[in-house]
Amino acid sequence: MLTEYAFWLLSFIAVFSGIAVIVSKNPVYSVLYLIMTFFAIAGHYFLMNAQFLAAVHIIVYAGAIMVLFLYVIMMLNLNSIEIEKRSSIVKLLAVVASGLMLVVLAGAVPHAEVLIQQKESATPAGMVEDLGIALYRNYLLPFELASILFLAAMVGAVYLSKKNLNETQN
Amino acid sequence: MTDSMLIYKIILCVIVFAVSLGAAAYMTWGERKLAAWLQDRVGPNRAGPLGLLQPIADGIKMFFKEEMIPTHSNRWLFILGPCFFMLCACMTGVVIPWGAGWQTETTLYPMQVTDINIGLLYLLGVVSIGVYGVMIGGWASNNKYSLLGALRASSQMISYEVAMGLALIALVMMTGTLSLKEIVEQQDAGMANVVYQPLGFIIFLICAFAETNRAPFDLPECESELVGGYHTEYSSMKLGFYLFAEYINMFISSAIMASLYFGGYNFPFQHELGLDGNILTIVQSAFFFGKIFLFIFLFMWVRWTLPRFRYDQLMNLGWKVLLPLAIANIIITGFVMLFTGKLG
Repeated sequence: MLTEYAFWLLSFIAVFSGIAVIVSKNPVYSVLYLIMTFFAIAGHYFLMNAQFLAAVHIIVYAGAIMVLFLYVIMMLNLNSIEIEKRSSIVKLLAVVASGLMLVVLAGAVPHAEVLIQQKESATPAGMVEDLGIALYRNYLLPFELASILFLAAMVGAVYLSKKNLNETQN
Repeated sequence: MTDSMLIYKIILCVIVFAVSLGAAAYMTWGERKLAAWLQDRVGPNRAGPLGLLQPIADGIKMFFKEEMIPTHSNRWLFILGPCFFMLCACMTGVVIPWGAGWQTETTLYPMQVTDINIGLLYLLGVVSIGVYGVMIGGWASNNKYSLLGALRASSQMISYEVAMGLALIALVMMTGTLSLKEIVEQQDAGMANVVYQPLGFIIFLICAFAETNRAPFDLPECESELVGGYHTEYSSMKLGFYLFAEYINMFISSAIMASLYFGGYNFPFQHELGLDGNILTIVQSAFFFGKIFLFIFLFMWVRWTLPRFRYDQLMNLGWKVLLPLAIANIIITGFVMLFTGKLG
């Protein structure tokens, strides 16, 4: 019963702040609302007994990525006036792309019942041990490939920033 | 969870909260006395015997000061900043085991508010969101010094969080658990973790100094360059919250270091004394607080001994020294575990 109330409260917060992210004129408020959304989603993970996922969600998204977002926005001192106007083709493409995303999500809804049944059978799916065993036994190759992808992205970012540095020095 | 357990947990929550606040209040007194001692002065000695009422006098002063909110600043965010910082400082105390527990005829009441099996991740999470209090406050002040202080604080905290997390990974590899309770209990059977993880402990200690914005890493509030840093525009109790939360953070990080690396509430030969369970718990808690106060002393000693880093030195230390050392520590730990056959 209590979890059901928590579910509705968290869902309300997530949807409300998700809309507020788009509606806010000031980018700093958008980021703050986005952080609220992440907290609500982390709460949902907790309700689904995925503690590790919830903690990592907070640490990585709310604690690291959004801090950098906020950092950049504060540093550039962006204001609501300076948002550049985009051409109508870009807007149209954005609408089509997000519409496709909506179709994918709507297609996933009929399968949602299966997930709820799994949750209630009290399997500790989100616990650290089970997650580690699943990642390192069953999905070792994709996991390692993903880490190489991350490494490549990091090296690329460092290379790009160093390249600009050399040009300005010369 | 039974009703008596629930009531016990609520009471324990209140006690942990009160102890953190009380310890933080008297740490301000201790810091002044220690500074005075190191500089051959007397220190606070007017309010009460030995100046012991000084924290209360300071608190009353903070509450009755005029409250200023700068114009053109965002009122809500300006208030939210210190509140959030204080909230994050108070949230970490719940996963720390303060003692073994009270044994009655039927049940054991553990001296830990909650033993979640992701205790260490919870700590890292709360530490990583604590930076928002500083950033929001500094931005909402609408002042360039505040903004610069906030940007410095956030980049410093992010940089040192990485090394801190990696230092903890080596510890987690060794102990095989993320629960603080289990980590402390393992140190009862074996040696304190600092014996196996000396490098990890040193990295963690340095990062704890940086995360709590203590000297020599107190660049966010570097008064010779930035007036007052991120809290330049703050006055009254909102400033008090920022300053006070720093002391709570110091207290909690001392407790974390004591439990992760120095055996927590365990002390040598504790089972040879033949003490009854509940009395042993009291002695253990006393030892735990002794360890915490040693770390707090270290924090203050360093503050009044070392000068402040320059900003580029701070970043170089974080990224080019501590981060590679932490990764090397993980690799060494892995190899040692492989060759001693400790891999499960």
